[in-house]
Amino acid sequence: MSVSEDVARRAPARRTATHDLTRTSGIGLGVTMIWFSLLVLVPLAAVVATAAAGGLGGFWSAISNEQTAAAIKLTVLSAFAVTVVNIVVGTTISWVLVRDGFPGKKLLELVIDIPFALPTIVAGLVLVSLYGNDSPLGLHVANTEYSVFLAFLFVTLPFVVRTVQPVLEQLDPEIEEAAASLGASRLTTFRRVVLPALVPAIAAGAALSFARAVGEYGSLVLLSGNLPFRSEVTSVRILAAIENDNRSSAAAIATLLLLISLAVIVLLDVVQRRVARRG
Amino acid sequence: MRRGLVAGAVALGMLGLSACGGSDAAEGDDKTISIVGFAVPEAANKNIADEFVKTDEGKGASFKTSYGASGDQSRAVADGLDADYVHFSVSTDVQRLVDAELVDPSWNQGENKGIVSTSVVVLGVRDGNPKDIQGWDDLVEPGVGIVTANPASSGAARWNALAAWGHITENGGSEEEATEFTEKLFANVVSLTNSGRDATTSFLQGNGDVLLAYENEAILAAQNGEGFEYVIPETTLLIENPGAVLEDSAPVAQDWLDFVLSKEGQKQFALTGFRPVNTAAPGTVDWDAVGLEPTDIKGAPVADDPFPEVPNLLTLEQDFGGGDWSGVADKLFGTGEDGQSLGIVTDAIAKSGKASS
Repeated sequence: MSVSEDVARRAPARRTATHDLTRTSGIGLGVTMIWFSLLVLVPLAAVVATAAAGGLGGFWSAISNEQTAAAIKLTVLSAFAVTVVNIVVGTTISWVLVRDGFPGKKLLELVIDIPFALPTIVAGLVLVSLYGNDSPLGLHVANTEYSVFLAFLFVTLPFVVRTVQPVLEQLDPEIEEAAASLGASRLTTFRRVVLPALVPAIAAGAALSFARAVGEYGSLVLLSGNLPFRSEVTSVRILAAIENDNRSSAAAIATLLLLISLAVIVLLDVVQRRVARRG
Repeated sequence: MRRGLVAGAVALGMLGLSACGGSDAAEGDDKTISIVGFAVPEAANKNIADEFVKTDEGKGASFKTSYGASGDQSRAVADGLDADYVHFSVSTDVQRLVDAELVDPSWNQGENKGIVSTSVVVLGVRDGNPKDIQGWDDLVEPGVGIVTANPASSGAARWNALAAWGHITENGGSEEEATEFTEKLFANVVSLTNSGRDATTSFLQGNGDVLLAYENEAILAAQNGEGFEYVIPETTLLIENPGAVLEDSAPVAQDWLDFVLSKEGQKQFALTGFRPVNTAAPGTVDWDAVGLEPTDIKGAPVADDPFPEVPNLLTLEQDFGGGDWSGVADKLFGTGEDGQSLGIVTDAIAKSGKASS
């Protein structure tokens, strides 16, 4: 009997003692970690390392550049606003899709996913033809700060809808009826029974839509006009830094975006736990 | 059994990865030319390739091509994208490859100074020219909306900004006056896109009254059925696109470059809207030298004079301290970061935003 076989035979017992992993799940975890590292952790580490190459001073000067700071502010504020809108509207849409029956419902289900399916540059073209100067709707949003909000709204629409919908489908209406029969008003039922069940899904959808918005480029690049201090977003500043062969600046701005996204995701997670516990 | 499957899948995956890595070895075929270039000359290069394979030097040659934004393509080659011949919008993109020791520093010492295609900066206008745009001075009038690619994020857009700057400095104006003009110009910009292509799209979608564009792109757009009217200002800048062969490329790549510069090569560029390279009189067309009649060029506004003579044609070489941009790069386009000074154009763009917000 070779040593390796011997080790292999003994290994599961040891693992079970400490980590509760069978060999199959051990391999599964290994593959997951390799996959995750190759696709996510290594590139992320490279971005942060490039940012660090410029030193703290370089990092600060990159993100405190007036024009960059204005772009970051616009991007983050618009992403926040869009996320708040999505929380309300997205939940409403999924409620309508799950609880109400109406003609054309199947079609609406399909249409919701279009912002996902559309290549972002095509989305940008559609938006600029609808809301540009030749707008058939008479809405001239192009080249203003609102164009950023509009583009974000378009591309992030499906996130909350698609995370909340399956949870709502699992929620048994009988529980709400039980609450009602115990004397709870509709509002109380919603607040104390339905909402706590939905909050994790809403938070997950909100985190996705915020993160997506912060990094958005393709759909707004034609619509926003990229005017400095007005409608220029952070991804465009990153592009400008790269074009000027200033990779550490580009990485510094990207790292800041990463940190902001991370902070928001953590914050949403905390909120979600709080609400879930209170419910 | 299950475990065997997982292991098998992992092994297969590894095999796939190593197969991808191994394909490099198949390259280096001495009759394959990898062309990496900016997007616009794709059509011309394709036609030139069809002619090249009919010659003795080009017999049996095959091509691999990659086209995209000039700066992106240059960075990709510097980072290891396989290339034998590069064709960029601005010479600074070739300089990047010289710095990376991929292109010989003497690439621009030939008779053509490394330039393989040329054009001029023009002003695209709406049908019928309702704002009566005739030259640069009309662009700074109140109420004129300008669409241009951003010189900060698109190296190619620097031609536009430099043409506007030269309109003042090369017509007797001082640098202060040119700075003021540049600031007024950018204050009128309504859309500042990241590439020339995006600028054209934005303009065609109804943004602005004037598009800062290149003559060859306007002609090519007209050939593709999405043209726009344009005006050639009295003073404008000669756009010079460089081409170079990489140091470790096969000899056939040099033959290709020679062919691109030959009568046949320049003829194909002319047919897609570029002004043929003319070292004796830059920007003017010697029709016999390329074997064409003016009317062969489709899509130009005046059929029998597709490339009108420009009264005051500026060039990097004569007017701005050399073809390598060194005379104007920092002064006009410096980012103000990383030890660079703040360029006049960069500053004008920033000011335009602050004034309007």
